[in-house]
Amino acid sequence: MRFLFKTNYEQDVRLFQHGGQVFWYAVLAVLVLVAPLVLSDYLVGEAAFVFILAIAGVGLMLLTGYTGLVSLGHAAFLGIGAYGEAYLLSKGVPFPISMLLAALIAGATGFLIGLPTLRLSGVYLAIATFGFALIVSEILAKWESVTRGFNGFRVPRIVMFGETLRQDWHLYYISLAVLVVVILGVLNLLRSPTGRAFIAIRDSEVAAQSLGVNLTVYKTLAFALSAAITGLAGALYAHKLNFLSPDGFNIILSIQLLLMIVVGGLGSLHGAVFGALFVGALPSVIGILRGELPRVIAEQPGLEPLIFGLILVLTIIFEPYGIYGRWLKLKLYFQLFPLYRRATFRRTKAFLKSGRR
Amino acid sequence: MTTMIEVEGLSVAFGGVRAVDQVSFGVEKGEIFSIIGPNGAGKTTVFNLISRLYDATAGRIVFEGRDISRLSADRIAAAGIARTFQNIELFENASVLKNLLLGRHAHRRTSVFSELLFLPKVRRQEIENRSIVEDVIDFLDLAHHRDARVAGLPYGVRKVVELGRALAATPRLLLLDEPSSGLNPEETEDLSFWIRDIRDDLGITVMMVEHDMGLVGRVSDRVLALNEGKVLAVGTPSAVQSNPAVVEAYLGS
Repeated sequence: MRFLFKTNYEQDVRLFQHGGQVFWYAVLAVLVLVAPLVLSDYLVGEAAFVFILAIAGVGLMLLTGYTGLVSLGHAAFLGIGAYGEAYLLSKGVPFPISMLLAALIAGATGFLIGLPTLRLSGVYLAIATFGFALIVSEILAKWESVTRGFNGFRVPRIVMFGETLRQDWHLYYISLAVLVVVILGVLNLLRSPTGRAFIAIRDSEVAAQSLGVNLTVYKTLAFALSAAITGLAGALYAHKLNFLSPDGFNIILSIQLLLMIVVGGLGSLHGAVFGALFVGALPSVIGILRGELPRVIAEQPGLEPLIFGLILVLTIIFEPYGIYGRWLKLKLYFQLFPLYRRATFRRTKAFLKSGRR
Repeated sequence: MTTMIEVEGLSVAFGGVRAVDQVSFGVEKGEIFSIIGPNGAGKTTVFNLISRLYDATAGRIVFEGRDISRLSADRIAAAGIARTFQNIELFENASVLKNLLLGRHAHRRTSVFSELLFLPKVRRQEIENRSIVEDVIDFLDLAHHRDARVAGLPYGVRKVVELGRALAATPRLLLLDEPSSGLNPEETEDLSFWIRDIRDDLGITVMMVEHDMGLVGRVSDRVLALNEGKVLAVGTPSAVQSNPAVVEAYLGS
């Protein structure tokens, strides 16, 4: 068990709380940097996809996990980012700029959506964002001069330093870099007043307001930031797909994004990354399992959604804090061994519930 | 003595119910001012009007010579007024420390962009906030719970955390809505010392809504009695408690 003895306030503000964290993150950094040298092309491509999902997950986590605004329309921001990237590249805008502009467009859309939906919360907000996603997918299909509609949009290759980047490991490193930058940015926000204001809005709007948090400003800000980050993921997703068609950004994708952060663990960035690993890796795992299973089961067409749904239900019942929550418990188990007791995490029933529910 | 807050002819009606009706009073700087009255008298409504959660139908609220009756609710903290809530409105899934740091929000001087990059001025501000919050933790004896999540804390501690959050905002006027409800006698005793220290040591003017007449009598300089939205009496605790109109409001005639 580690005890932190703090001697100055600087220690509370730092990103890494102790040397152990620095060590393990350094190990992780080395592992992800050398992975493409070891792994097969297919796996590198899959890993890049996980990074892209994780970027989108961080975006949605900021809105849903931290600000408490549930969105069922994040596939739309992913779509706007993807089409924005493809369109800008085809118009000759160079790569990193096209990606940033695509994120900016998605962010601006998020801002516009944030404004009218400010008064909504919970299920109503989810429905409103769902409606918005339907509108966007309709626009993607019909605005043929820009999106080329159902003919599909072949995404131009990334050209950097005079080289055309077409390998899986190119996208792997680009996505990794974007993911790291996004996570650092969000972590910085979370340890400053803005991030705390988001958490305040999630837990009690009235208290947030009386402490000086302007609900309109921070809710729209959360929407815009979340949309911009998801748009960034969308831009990279375009390169992963290579070929865009409007029906790729539908409600199923929105639900998958939401499922990702719920299963990963709401209210933590680790959760977004764990969730991305889960959603990204599960189809491959199911594919491998298919070979092992008896044919009657393996050839059922609904196997994948069934397993997804089952895991979601089990997570909500047995581990509401998701994979990250389970990870924390495991860690504590080994730290306290052999003193860990089953009841450590059992919540006491609060009979004096504070506040209205 | 200078006037801290002056309320003139304050009224609010919800549908046909006149929750607060032509209420006027003034609170001097450095005073501990209590509002008492039976349930539904409009005490909390007065607080909600001052902290601008409700819009008054008539009347004016002047705080330190400035009319705040049209200010939006999120500007009140920056004006110098902090409050607690009757049913505790804490940020349940955050640590005690984060809750208190949120009290500093109104003093924020950094932009979102500087925070995204965590520029040195953000770091300096965070450390300054942290040290102010640490003074509050020290003052209210919360060190033991500093890193605990609010959701798991006992009721009495939550009350103190909420008081601490209001103090972290370094207000000049503190509104306490039923600070002693749900506390045991010992905790109430602690609270009465704190309220006096808040006034004497921190120089903060205190207004409170309270049912515990013992606490009101011990700490208040003046008391305002409300019933059905109207002022019954204002004066020293003993004078108000023996006022025939107040006795009638509580016990019936």
